[in-house]
Amino acid sequence: MNVIETSGLGKRYHRTWGLWDCTLSIPAGHIVALVGPNGAGKTTLLHCSVGLATPTTGRVSVLGRLAAGSLDALERVAFVAQDAPLHSHLSVAAMLDLSRDLNRRFDLCHAERRLRSLAIPLHRKVGKLSGGQHAQLALALALARHPDLLVLDEPLARLDPLARHDFLAHVMTAVAEEALSVVFSSHVISELERVADYLVVLSAGRVQMAGAIDELLARHRLLSGPAEQAGRIGELFPVVQAQNAGRRAELLVRAAGPAGPPSGWQASGVTLEELVLAYLRDPSVSALPGPSALPGPAAPPALPASTHHEVTP
Amino acid sequence: MKIDKQVDPDDSQAPVSPLVFRLDSHSGVPTYLQLVQQVEQALRLGYLRRGDQLPRVKDVVASLAINPNTVLKAYRELEHKGLAAGRPGQGTFVQAAPRAVDAEELAALRGSLVSGWLAEAAAAGLDDEAITALFQSALRDFRERRDTPGRPRGRGERRGRREAVA
Repeated sequence: MNVIETSGLGKRYHRTWGLWDCTLSIPAGHIVALVGPNGAGKTTLLHCSVGLATPTTGRVSVLGRLAAGSLDALERVAFVAQDAPLHSHLSVAAMLDLSRDLNRRFDLCHAERRLRSLAIPLHRKVGKLSGGQHAQLALALALARHPDLLVLDEPLARLDPLARHDFLAHVMTAVAEEALSVVFSSHVISELERVADYLVVLSAGRVQMAGAIDELLARHRLLSGPAEQAGRIGELFPVVQAQNAGRRAELLVRAAGPAGPPSGWQASGVTLEELVLAYLRDPSVSALPGPSALPGPAAPPALPASTHHEVTP
Repeated sequence: MKIDKQVDPDDSQAPVSPLVFRLDSHSGVPTYLQLVQQVEQALRLGYLRRGDQLPRVKDVVASLAINPNTVLKAYRELEHKGLAAGRPGQGTFVQAAPRAVDAEELAALRGSLVSGWLAEAAAAGLDDEAITALFQSALRDFRERRDTPGRPRGRGERRGRREAVA
């Protein structure tokens, strides 16, 4: 089962495409990191997936073949928007009651237990909570619905390191306890490394790379060797990124299998951060597994006349 | 005033394992491997003994904020090495200590390193730093070559080979 499946998905805001020709299938049971520079279309993709935005082109479905935003889908998908908007004038307890009244499935005990264990007082006004507590409350509300898919838009952006750790621990505990798939967006790659096992990279409104992180890392190598031979290496492997430091060249290449490097060259594995940055630096390279989009360095078709423009992270 | 923030009233039982995992995010060693190595280390140093329980997946996840699958992968690896065994509904327990390489064998290995490779490297003009760098780089290659064949795609079965933990 795929938790999110899109085909040719596009979303236009006035004259700008926030997302364009996005074809993607994310299998269930993963913790998915959706990364990309600001304005790459992360929020747009998430909003289309949870039914908050209507696609201009293409289709999106969730949890098998449920139409995004349909009643069946809403029942089983929980979404926490950027900055986790809640009613700041309500007390935590009133916020819980409200959520229980608004949702068909809401496990009040589950949420209360969670909040108690985090020492968040139920009588406190939501507006008086710390940033970390606010985020934890939004998460507890989302998890109390026992969703099959939890979607979090930039959940860590405003949290200090301790709050980030506690927040992620809360999410991971939920994953350990229930069969739950998680998709969350972020532009800080390093903090995803410990939690995510599936990666989707968006750049300028398009999907640039998608796949299980283990496999993506296994399919790339960092080769370093004499700069004058760099061209020859480029004929042997698809080069994602080339850097020259005088006589040495460093090439990040796509290379499957354990085949050794050419003589005179050294190969080493890449880190997730190196990989993501290399792809983001050059939006024309992409690595998309699956039958619908075979890996290859082919340039993407021309974007529609007025594309969203890219802001560097 | 509450200081018992860490205590979840639901799992108020004391920690079940004498082992506490730590992570070094700058080591470059994959997270699951860090967990495996820490168990092996604890076994070698005697902190963990046969029959001891390894930390519960839920507890590891809650304290380190890592993906539960990473912990499961580490425990599977330990089971595969014959060091631990899962008991359904209870957790994962230490089954055996890693095979200690006997002193004689160790001395022989050391001897061949000193009079063989190290001597040759020094004769070729490598200083200590160069020797260390070369050794580490070769070890990395060796490890990668050893680990890559039959590498599971995703989280499948591990390669069918038992390795002694030196």
